[in-house]
Amino acid sequence: MVKVTIDGIEIEVAEGTTILNAARQIGGDVVPPAMCYYTSLKDSGGKCRVCLVKVTHTSTKDPRPMPKLVASCRTNVMDGMVIQNITSPEVLEARKGVVEFLLINHPLDCPICDQAGECDLQNLAYEHGVAKTRYEEERRTFEKIDIGDKIKLHMTRCILCYRCTFVADQLTDNRVHGILGRGDTSEISTYIQKAVDNDFSGNMIDVCPVGALTDNTFRFKSRVWFTKPLDAHRNCDKCCGKVVLFTKGDEVLRVSARKDKYAEVTEYICNECRYDHKRLSDWVIEGPRHIDRNSVISQNHYEKIDLLKLKQEIERQIDFEKGKQLPEPNQSLTA
Amino acid sequence: MPKKLLLEHIDVPSIETFETYRRHGGYASVEKALKTMTPDAVTEEVKKSGLRGRGGAGFPAGLKWSFLDRKSEKPRYLVCNADESEPGTFKDRYLMEKIPHLLIEGMITASYALGAKTSYIYIRGEYMYIVRILERAIEEAYAAGFLGQHILGTPYSLDLYVHPGAGAYICGEETALLESLEGKRGNPRLKPPFPAVAGLYAAPTVVNNVETIAAVVSIVNGGGDEYAKVGLGKSTGTKLISASGHINKPGVYEIELGLPVEEFIFSDEYCGGIWKGRKLKAVVAGGSSVPILPAHLILKTAKGEQRLMTYESLADGGFISGTMLGSGGFIVMDETACIVRNLWTFSRFYHHESCGQCSPCREGTGWMEKVLHRIEHGHGHMHDIDLLVDVAKKIEGNTICPLGDAAAWPVASAIRHFREEFEYHVKYPEKVANPKHFELEPFRSERLELSNA
Ligand SMILES: Cc1cc2nc3c(=O)[nH]c(=O)nc-3n(C[C@H](O)[C@H](O)[C@H](O)COP(=O)(O)O)c2cc1C
Ligand code: SF4
Ligand code: SF4
Ligand code: FES
Repeated sequence: MVKVTIDGIEIEVAEGTTILNAARQIGGDVVPPAMCYYTSLKDSGGKCRVCLVKVTHTSTKDPRPMPKLVASCRTNVMDGMVIQNITSPEVLEARKGVVEFLLINHPLDCPICDQAGECDLQNLAYEHGVAKTRYEEERRTFEKIDIGDKIKLHMTRCILCYRCTFVADQLTDNRVHGILGRGDTSEISTYIQKAVDNDFSGNMIDVCPVGALTDNTFRFKSRVWFTKPLDAHRNCDKCCGKVVLFTKGDEVLRVSARKDKYAEVTEYICNECRYDHKRLSDWVIEGPRHIDRNSVISQNHYEKIDLLKLKQEIERQIDFEKGKQLPEPNQSLTA
Repeated sequence: MPKKLLLEHIDVPSIETFETYRRHGGYASVEKALKTMTPDAVTEEVKKSGLRGRGGAGFPAGLKWSFLDRKSEKPRYLVCNADESEPGTFKDRYLMEKIPHLLIEGMITASYALGAKTSYIYIRGEYMYIVRILERAIEEAYAAGFLGQHILGTPYSLDLYVHPGAGAYICGEETALLESLEGKRGNPRLKPPFPAVAGLYAAPTVVNNVETIAAVVSIVNGGGDEYAKVGLGKSTGTKLISASGHINKPGVYEIELGLPVEEFIFSDEYCGGIWKGRKLKAVVAGGSSVPILPAHLILKTAKGEQRLMTYESLADGGFISGTMLGSGGFIVMDETACIVRNLWTFSRFYHHESCGQCSPCREGTGWMEKVLHRIEHGHGHMHDIDLLVDVAKKIEGNTICPLGDAAAWPVASAIRHFREEFEYHVKYPEKVANPKHFELEPFRSERLELSNA
């Protein structure tokens, strides 16, 4: 076990833990956001840079600070390490920059995007971004394509987190899509329009943090916050069979894997469960699904609202904004 | 006559052949090392020489070699970085084209020191004709018994391969290079682990620049201490400088480190002064990535000392009033040069070459290029100038590999030293509307007044 301090909070974690996971063990506001890291996907992370933190003290043995901000998702803790996340103006400023970079070429078409309401980029921008853009140039756009009959790829919204490629590498027997080109013109694509088609491909939709990969069988059927999410399971010989049903009346609009409070899938599901069992009677219903994160889905009056908790959450967010102590930005949040 | 360690025999006719090269003392370092020295002793000489990496970062070569994980069960590799794609840098090309055996000899001696049984020269795809030159030289070396099984009858065996890239600047970054060499997409890796521990095929690997490896030859021949006597202070040895731009004699020069910058630009031995009798305006001293400096700061440091061609002197003043020796791509601009256009050109390059893996570089390089394009073509706003500074600041230090920094530094430094020129472009859109505006009157003289003011 090693001892580390994050934003003044001390914690003991197992050796080999990343800074991000150490922070998740503390929980709350000291947890850096993560857009590309995904616990269950090996080698993921390090790319989006929203999880950057400052290491002011490398270890007990080597008390020097690290020269640059580091990606907390891919940097392991050392005994005696001291880390600043939300207590470092430098980190918050850099993070604001990264959020801005992620948004400059994003279409911001949330009103017509199926991911809205459960989009990590929306949440990130809400918590860490600024209200106005400084970007006056043309945005990059791509044509929408179908990669296989079940998945719609809307490349314009992609943030190139590479998660879907790791899913294809690690969960399916053959990856037939990847990243073509380079720089800001690089794109996710299949090899000469080959269809992505295998038992676990649907998980790419669940790991995609934005609306770049969406479920063709659900597109435009409903805003997600008008659905009732239910925990359900069935006996499946291919996967765990534990899912969330997004329902409206007696209709199952979408089946997805269950996600934890960091929006990460806890257990992957097969395409049969995802696409071929769209009747309530196919499933054993366990009860309402609690959506853990700040999400509009949790505001759908479906779960009984705990007014006290809601008030606390609003206060927490106000405090969080105050606590950020933003260095004088070019545009303030209120501008 | 200035000291020449690399290019001494460059003008000998047919020096590219094994026979001629050998007749002029070639491959002596291989004989000396393999027959009379242990691998560690060779490494020790390189350490003593104080040789610093010539690929850009200037990391001490001997130290890098000593980090190589020698306890690992896996094979060890030496990889020569011949990807040379930095705008303004063309020294490795000259060396490999004219005197290929010097690199082959360095590769054998260095591989012996590191215990590598297989080594690679990763060369940029655009240098296809040099691939052929190197392959011919390697063939000759095999035939002469300097490569292959039991070199010179010793137990040491080595195979050497040339591997061309597919045309990407980013594959010059050492970990992207290794990915590409493994046959994958050339994305830089996250560090740690460093190549010395897990490099090519996850085995311990040293990546060195062409010139670094070539320098090993004279270090082994003459001894590390002798090499360290050449040069100045911690900048030991000689360095190849690719001089380009508005000078009378562009080309590749081997200089002894410590030469005053002024002498390098103005003496007939080297650049021969500014062309057309014009005045010096600015210099990018170490390849497009390093900060640009105006004439007064490249000739003298902010403290008023003479600026020298050394790692330390060029870096004097940090990024406020200094720059870097980098890879030795020395780009000179005369009084007519348009700093905005030059910067836009550089930005276009970095935008085009970003691998796109991490958000600040992927998005920021394109953003900067577009804003610079607008300013250069008369569509800029005053607030764009500060925007550029801020975008550059948000890229710098926040990316996976140093390409992000390399894209940010030129922007930050050009605006720091030549802000009035950016303002001029914004204030007088009609004057800069002509794409050749930087060559026309009255723009030229008006701008001159500005920079003299
Ligand atoms: C974007 C980028 C491009 C690079 N291109 C080259 C190159 O073309 N040639 C080179 O020798 N080093 C290049 N480098 C530096 C290498 O990463 C590495 O530091 C160098 O090959 C080490 O060799 P040295 O220690 O002998 O200098 C580049 C670095 C970056 C970040
Ligand atoms: S499509 Fe989605 S999961 Fe794949 S790289 Fe883009 S944003 Fe990430
Ligand atoms: S800094 Fe640029 S080139 Fe380097 S890894 Fe990131 S996106 Fe790729
Ligand atoms: S989550 Fe760490 S870099 Fe993306």
